[in-house]
Amino acid sequence: MNFAAYGDRTTMNMIAAIGESTLRLLEISGRFGVFLVTCIYNMLKPPYKVMPVVRQIRFIGAHSLFVILFTGLFTGMVLSLQGYYTLAKFGSVGFLGAAVSLSLIRELGPVLAALMVIGRAGSAICAEVGIMRNSEQIDALECMAIDPYKYLIVPKLVAGLIAMPLLTCIFDVVGIFGGFMVGVELFDVSAGAYFQGMYSSVVWQDIEMGLVKSLVFGLLLVWICAAKGFYLHLERGGGFGAEGVSRTTTGAVVLASVSVLVWDYLISAIML
Amino acid sequence: MEHDNAELVIELENVEKSFGEQKVLDQVSLQVRAGTTTVIVGASGQGKSVILKHMLGLMTPDSGTVRVFGQDLVRAGKKQLREIRSNFGVLFQNVALFDSMSVYDNVALPLRERTDDDEAKIRTNVEEKLALMGLEGHEDKFPAQLSGGMQKRVGLARALVLNPKVVFFDEPTTGLDVSKSNEIYRLFFETQVRLNYTAVIVSHDVPKIFKLSDYVALMANGRLQGCMSPEAFQLSDNPLIRSFVIETMGPIYSSETEESLLYETL
Repeated sequence: MNFAAYGDRTTMNMIAAIGESTLRLLEISGRFGVFLVTCIYNMLKPPYKVMPVVRQIRFIGAHSLFVILFTGLFTGMVLSLQGYYTLAKFGSVGFLGAAVSLSLIRELGPVLAALMVIGRAGSAICAEVGIMRNSEQIDALECMAIDPYKYLIVPKLVAGLIAMPLLTCIFDVVGIFGGFMVGVELFDVSAGAYFQGMYSSVVWQDIEMGLVKSLVFGLLLVWICAAKGFYLHLERGGGFGAEGVSRTTTGAVVLASVSVLVWDYLISAIML
Repeated sequence: MEHDNAELVIELENVEKSFGEQKVLDQVSLQVRAGTTTVIVGASGQGKSVILKHMLGLMTPDSGTVRVFGQDLVRAGKKQLREIRSNFGVLFQNVALFDSMSVYDNVALPLRERTDDDEAKIRTNVEEKLALMGLEGHEDKFPAQLSGGMQKRVGLARALVLNPKVVFFDEPTTGLDVSKSNEIYRLFFETQVRLNYTAVIVSHDVPKIFKLSDYVALMANGRLQGCMSPEAFQLSDNPLIRSFVIETMGPIYSSETEESLLYETL
């Protein structure tokens, strides 16, 4: 056996595989970039139609309300529970309000609200657009000279940008209330100390950071989920019926969730 | 023929398209003239729908040109492409109705998105088209609640709602029984007389489709064989066309000797 030739072939295969993956990654990044730029261009270009956006806000925002209320409440409660346990060790339970509200407003509110909306609405957006692509409905739109970006994606993108900050605010408020319930009602922390801690520690920059994050996450989740569905036919194995749609939807949810966490770190690092 | 001097609507010149190693279109050239019905026939998987997708600008050729109303589709910008497509109506093979919208909304969509008509005018137009297709009373149903034939009729109503100049039909009768197919052909004939559109039909429903066509072309081995009148097509000497005609219509022109041989074999 010629081991030298075998070794060469393995090395070449490895280099070819790396090259192929790199090209594929560049292709996908380019495709997603072009998708976003086209969507933003179409978003800024008149005519502006209000009703499709309202319908999407209802779907992305209003229909996610229950999940957000529930998650927000329990996140605030568990934060308060863990916070009380830790702060009690240092005899500073008076800071409970500050700890709960700062964690929620700066970090957990935007991130957890985004993850919940990705699971509920992002997956639905990807599956809807993907099925439309698979069943030639997007081709039908193009043949009718209706821009699929303007008609299909832009209302979802605008709705994501409007709904996400609102849902995050609701998450924060409900979370702070949940923290209040556990801290004040269960552990007898003084209500005044809880709110005073919050008033004195939360500043505009904290709220600004939360808002910026929620806006970016709103954009990210609609962008990634819609683009994955829109380019379903170009995904590996994406063009093959129901399984292709389910695989692409799973991929979209994972990619959007990971992107939210990565961007969360980046925004925190930039704004701190 | 009477249409030979009519304006050229679609012109394919040496179009080539490959998917991976497989060459689907090889030097395909075709001319479609205004007011005519051109039918592209051929066995399944020969690339008939691929030709249609090139004409619609949904696919770009590897080489060659596709001209619609004299404009090169490959070089056309998005805006130009949209202007060209505003003259199109398409009935897709799987109809491609918007499944989350009612029948009424499906047909109204092109009017809502492409015209400034108010809702009252849109309603009159949509109801007229639905009545033409015999779909009164089904406005509020969803595509999933309709039979295959009804879905095709909704698709046809949607394709015709903006009175297009060119209408493309991709296998308009696939999956339908004989009477439903005849119904689609009747509607096609009636609407073409009424709206006077140019039609490009991809079909394998031979010989029925010959009755409606002005020109027939065969797609075989990646090439388009002949584009001639249905009569000339059936009498063609081209071996591929001849074998297709015999396969689909039977040996209509076999001699007595051949027939006696056939009976002896049986």
